[in-house]
Amino acid sequence: MTMIQALRSAMDVMLERDPNVVVYGQDVGYFGGVFRCTEGLQAKHGRSRVFDAPISEGGIVGTAVGMAAYGLRPVVEVQFADYFYPASDQIVSEAARLRYRSAGDFTAPLTIRMPCGGGIYGGQTHSQSPEALFTHVCGLRTVMPSNPYDAKGLLIASIENDDPVIFLEPKRLYNGPFDGHHDRPVVPWSQHALGEVPEGHYTVPLDTAAVFRPGRQVTVLTYGTMVFVSEAAAQEAGIDAEIIDLRSLWPLDLPAIVASVKKTGRCVVVHEATRTSGFGAELAALVQEHCFYHLEAPIERVTGWDTPYPHALEWNYFPGPARVAAALRRAMET
Amino acid sequence: MPPTPQPLHLHVPEPTGRPGQATDFSYLHLSPAGAVRRPELDATPASTADLAFTLVRVLDDVGTAVGPWAPPHDAALLRRGLRAMMKTRAFDAKMLLAQRQKKISFYMQCLGEEAIATAHALALSPGDMCFPTYRQQGLLLARDDVPMAELMCQLMSNARDPMLGRQLPVMYSYKRAGFFSISGNLATQFIQAVGWAMASAIKGDSKIASAWIGDGATAESDFHTALTFAHVYRAPVILNVVNNQWAISTFQAIAGGESTTFAARGVGSGIAALRVDGNDFLAVLSASRWAAERARRNLGPTLIEWLTYRAGAHSTSDDPSRYRPADDAQHFPLGDPIARLRQHLTRQGDWSDDEHGQVQQALDAEVAAALKEAERHGGALVDGHVPPIETMFEGVYKDMPAHLREQLRQARQEI
Repeated sequence: MTMIQALRSAMDVMLERDPNVVVYGQDVGYFGGVFRCTEGLQAKHGRSRVFDAPISEGGIVGTAVGMAAYGLRPVVEVQFADYFYPASDQIVSEAARLRYRSAGDFTAPLTIRMPCGGGIYGGQTHSQSPEALFTHVCGLRTVMPSNPYDAKGLLIASIENDDPVIFLEPKRLYNGPFDGHHDRPVVPWSQHALGEVPEGHYTVPLDTAAVFRPGRQVTVLTYGTMVFVSEAAAQEAGIDAEIIDLRSLWPLDLPAIVASVKKTGRCVVVHEATRTSGFGAELAALVQEHCFYHLEAPIERVTGWDTPYPHALEWNYFPGPARVAAALRRAMET
Repeated sequence: MPPTPQPLHLHVPEPTGRPGQATDFSYLHLSPAGAVRRPELDATPASTADLAFTLVRVLDDVGTAVGPWAPPHDAALLRRGLRAMMKTRAFDAKMLLAQRQKKISFYMQCLGEEAIATAHALALSPGDMCFPTYRQQGLLLARDDVPMAELMCQLMSNARDPMLGRQLPVMYSYKRAGFFSISGNLATQFIQAVGWAMASAIKGDSKIASAWIGDGATAESDFHTALTFAHVYRAPVILNVVNNQWAISTFQAIAGGESTTFAARGVGSGIAALRVDGNDFLAVLSASRWAAERARRNLGPTLIEWLTYRAGAHSTSDDPSRYRPADDAQHFPLGDPIARLRQHLTRQGDWSDDEHGQVQQALDAEVAAALKEAERHGGALVDGHVPPIETMFEGVYKDMPAHLREQLRQARQEI
């Protein structure tokens, strides 16, 4: 399956298994989503389970909070992560806090899917990676898969989870893995081992990272598209890097991170999002706190620049394999 | 050549009454009691346009119930309603005092608005869910199954506080009483109510939702999303706008009320709308029943603008004498909801001054006893009681994640 098909399969499985699951958002119903992630779901499960919504992110998330309070398990879509901002109040002030402020009287078991990330000439409002705006919010879970197998298993786990989950989908990975070499043809998921996706129900547990590539010399902490970029960079630099795909950004798998950095003694954090106060800052701080006496070099961060995401300068902005490889070499020099 | 236009100027609405002046209430556009028609339950939203600019009223100046909105005579129910309003006011008065005595940190009265929530509560059915603001305590106090002492425990953040001391006073949550968790963020619950109603429709249930918002908060974007979603999905929801003329210090004209009504927003969004005398218990009961029945029969949402006056301060942190006339409430043309229902019931021979005095005395005693009981469980301001430290970390997620377990360990060590 492609990641698109895997996500669709996850929603199909959950619509089938749990009568309280509902799926809606802009263009999600009849048309099947602008990325085809919900294609066929309305025809199969009916308009009261899968439906189109007005163009109102605040309305989509706000109604979902109300539905969750009733007892449903809404899976809603924000068409691009760049457009979640109008729903900020409902996400931060309501969904994230409902259980806490009502002492469990009401809860918000909802999943908010958002296609995110760049590398597609999406310009300023079709490329952003706003994960740090969610990881900072207590009460939210933030998840990002990097391949079809994880995408389906993590999405099912997110829908079944009783906490509100922000489910970020790197749209650059929808049809195939991408290592940052934009000049080369895209390889489809059908030619990748992680494109093998079971038809039925399975989960990939939240709060667990995956060792994407085992290695001994340096730990790369990353997620989403940057997993493949980091893999290419390690190969091109000839450095035996251990690449950790975090999968769950927050809460995260701290033991996996600490075990790897204590083993390698070096750490490079890679994400597409802008640098300052980005999620990488939290990762660097955690590594520093927990692995200080094992570190042989300063922690490196390879990230997007502190600028809005440009259109023409896409490949100067996107942290490609060359930049990641340079950071790996710097980490090895000291 | 056309004449040179005058320079543009910015229009900033002002209330007619500022401290030391009298408010000119003619902007309210009142209708005489009994004068406004009562449409069929299946009225189209567009056909209610006139109702958005008139005022549904039942009780006239001498306390007679007149016109098509007069509910069937039910003395027992109205007596219960009067008691509910008196109970709400007695509770508010005692809690205001408790705040001044530093037993609680903060309080918000609903003085003058008691009819709206209490009569509305009597029009709903068990299982319906209200999404209140911080000024609908009448929804809870209209019932006798939520003990007053328990509400006071929340206000005191004490050992019996159902919110575990996490919430500011008045931010109650009572799922079992159909009262959704109150948030400090204005208007957010208005769209959530629509979602709850959509869920009831998705499941083929028979429950309806009741959404609440004040005049000032209608300017928030969630007000507009709620109207759009309620209309689009024909959600079984009553959209209540309590127009008490004031948003803290801001007159309702600054919220967009000048030369129009909040009910008109409903019609503009394809939602049946009513504009109702919020200080007329009978009108509130009747209009609420109409809207509830409409929702329950799949006939769609209704927006109701309740016209009333915020007689008290915005909160215990507010001093209204700095922005409006001190005696404004006494001149508000729709009077006081308790006085008006009392007048009506007395006229009907269903109430007397003696009984009024006895009920008042009994309620005052009940409130005092409840406070005494609540005080037995202490409170942050009374005796320094605070909940156990782990309650600060519990409930952020369903299960406590590792980072919070670690922070709890640190907090225990460092504090």
